[in-house]
Parts: sequence; C-alpha cells; structure tokens
Amino acid sequence: MNIKVLGMGCCNCVKLYENTQDAVKDLGIEANIEKVEDMAKIMEYGVMRTPALVINEKVIVQGRIPKKDEIKKILQK
Amino acid sequence: MQYVSQFFSIINDVFLKMTWLSDLITWVVNNIFRLPINDTDIWGRIGGSLQFFIYDSIKIIALLSFLIFIFAYIESKFTPEKTRRILSKLKGIKGATLGALLGTVTPFCSCSSIPIFISFVKAGLPMEVTFSFLISSPFVDLASTVLLASMFGWKVAITYVVVGVLLAILGGMIIGKLKLEKYIQDYVFDMKVGETEEVEPTKKERIQYAKEQVKNIFTKVWKYVLLGVGIGALIHNWIPQELVEKVLGNGNIFAPILAAIVGIPMYADIFGTMPIAEALVLKGTGIGTVLTFMMGVTALSVPSIVMLKQVMKNKLLGIFVGIISVGIIVIGYIFNIFQFLII
Repeated sequence: MNIKVLGMGCCNCVKLYENTQDAVKDLGIEANIEKVEDMAKIMEYGVMRTPALVINEKVIVQGRIPKKDEIKKILQK
Repeated sequence: MQYVSQFFSIINDVFLKMTWLSDLITWVVNNIFRLPINDTDIWGRIGGSLQFFIYDSIKIIALLSFLIFIFAYIESKFTPEKTRRILSKLKGIKGATLGALLGTVTPFCSCSSIPIFISFVKAGLPMEVTFSFLISSPFVDLASTVLLASMFGWKVAITYVVVGVLLAILGGMIIGKLKLEKYIQDYVFDMKVGETEEVEPTKKERIQYAKEQVKNIFTKVWKYVLLGVGIGALIHNWIPQELVEKVLGNGNIFAPILAAIVGIPMYADIFGTMPIAEALVLKGTGIGTVLTFMMGVTALSVPSIVMLKQVMKNKLLGIFVGIISVGIIVIGYIFNIFQFLII
C-alpha cells in the first residue's frame, strides 16, 4: 500500500502523519508512508486544503485531521 | 419593536458582553483579593488590571470555543472546490461581489491561501473574482464578527463586515481592470492541477471538523489572547488617558495612518488584537483608528506577504498591498468621522 501525507509543514500535517503511522502500525500492514511538502506536487493532486491523506494515489481526506481509528477504518477498506 | 430591541440587548449583555461575569470578577477582586478598583491609587490600578485580565481572558476564551465550533460547522459546507465551481461561472462586479461574500464563509488556514489562489487562477477565474475572494477571506469571518459585536456592539460589527466586503469588491475590481494577469508568477500557469471529487461532508465529519478547529485554533491562539489581554490590561489601567487620546485620539489627524503602520507588518491573531482594541477604545482612541489597526493586523503581515510573493511578481504584490493599505486607512477615517452614528 502506498500512503502519502500532503501538507506544507504547517496546518498540523505532522499530526496527520503521526496518526497515519500509528494506524499502520496498529494494523500491522505493509505500507509506505511518504510526506509530500512540495507545493507543485500537492497541486497535482488537486488538493486545496491541507493536510490531505492520499492512499494509492487517491485523495481520501483533505482539510482535516482524521483520528487514528478513522484512518484504520479507511485502510481496512 | 421596543421589546424586540430590549430582548436583543439582554441577549447581548448576558451572552456576548457577559456583564454578569464582569460583576462577578469585580466582586472576586474586591472581596477575595481585597483590592479596590479605581484609577487613583496604585492598589486600585492593580485591582483594575486584574479585573480586566481575568474577565477578558475568560470571556474571550469562552466565546472563542463556542463560536468557532458553531461557525466551523456551518463553514464546513463551503469547501474551496464548491466555491471555485460557483465562482467559475461569473465575472465582473457580480463575480467580485460573490467572491467577496464567499470569502467571508469559506474557511481555510492561511497556509491554504496559496493552493487556493493557484487553483482559482488555473481554473480560469477572472482576476477580479480571485482577488476579491483573496482580500475578503482573512479579513472578515463569522467568529471575529460576533466577538467584535461583543466588544463594540452590533452596529460596529455589521458596519465592519459591510465595509470589509466593499473593500474586497473594490480592490478586486481595480486589480481586474488593471489587467495584471501577466504579473502572476509564470510557473503558476505551467502547474498541473489535479481534480478531486467534490464530496459532500457528512454530519459526523462536519462535527468532527468543528471540534478539530476549536482544538487547533485554541492551541494556536491562546498565547496571543493572553498576551493581548495582558497588553490590554496595561493600557486599561496604567497608560494615562491623555496620552492615548493625544496620540491615537481623533485630535491627531494622522492616527489611522499610524495605526496602519504599526498594524500591517505585525502578525497576530484577530482574537489577540481585540482586547487591545477594547482597551484603546475605552481610553479614547477613535473607533476607526482601532479598526484600521485590527484590519492591518489580520489582512496583511510580513509572513503573509512573503508567502504571496511565491505566486505574485513584485508589481502585482505591490498593488495588492497598496490597495489594502490605502483601503484600511480610508476605512479608519470614515469610521472616525461617523463615530457618533454607530456608538
């Protein structure tokens, strides 16, 4: 699984990154979590509100920080 | 009619001004700290500052949490994607007006203004629409309007919103008429902007978003609020009224310009500046001067100008900053002149 956390450093992107890491660890799945801070790359996803969570190149959440449990549910889908 | 206005003034006193809390804190300062409250001796001043500090901190923090929750919930319906779709069909003064209005309700943190700007430009939105949105969004928002009402009354708050929106429309129209498209940084046009699906947030997501906003804004803002209330308390009881009146009162014709020079480079939160504004007005500063200061602090700051430089060339950035600066100074003068009508 390929997970990306989009955000330019502010807006609690760090928090989303941590929550995602925790969720992946809890589920014990194989996933590559990447932080994307480059604005051009963020725009390519069409994201206007950071932070955003991208799973397998699809924007799942943007503009808010889902909690660990919510991310777990998303990942299990 | 009389009963209606009485009803609103009671609501205002109880929930927004919290006059009961002010009385309660006065009682606490008098009877528990055993301090008088007056402007004549040192203990009275300490008592007065303490009363202002405790009362204002509690009031602002309580209002802030409540208001941000309610308004974040309402605003979560206005996603930037939706705003862009609505605005993309319009141009001219109609587009600028709607852009300015949507700017007041579309929520985003300041770090999102650049992505939103880029995606508006790439979607082909006319300059006047993009810029009236960009000017109005940090300027006017629902929570700060209600807080403004709690300090200076509804007339001032509503006038502030109306004037702020008008400034955004006018600023947008001027930039649109000047045909400044070529002064947007070139790379913006080369950027690839992806599409995301427009998903309607569920009620549960909206509540969660609102809760998050309260928490985020709170952790970000409480320092500014306490600092602001602290400075407010100092002004309130220690700085002589004559001095404030002389420098910032209506006697000084340059007061709004002075307020703009101090306010524009400063980066602070609107909630932190309000207690300072409140104390200044109590000490005889013109309401327009205070509004210029507050608008300067919220609309522009050195960090936000640095950020905007990423997408605007110097000429466009200069015009943008110039229009806002002149605009807020003019607003200051207008409010000072018509002060007697709204207070």
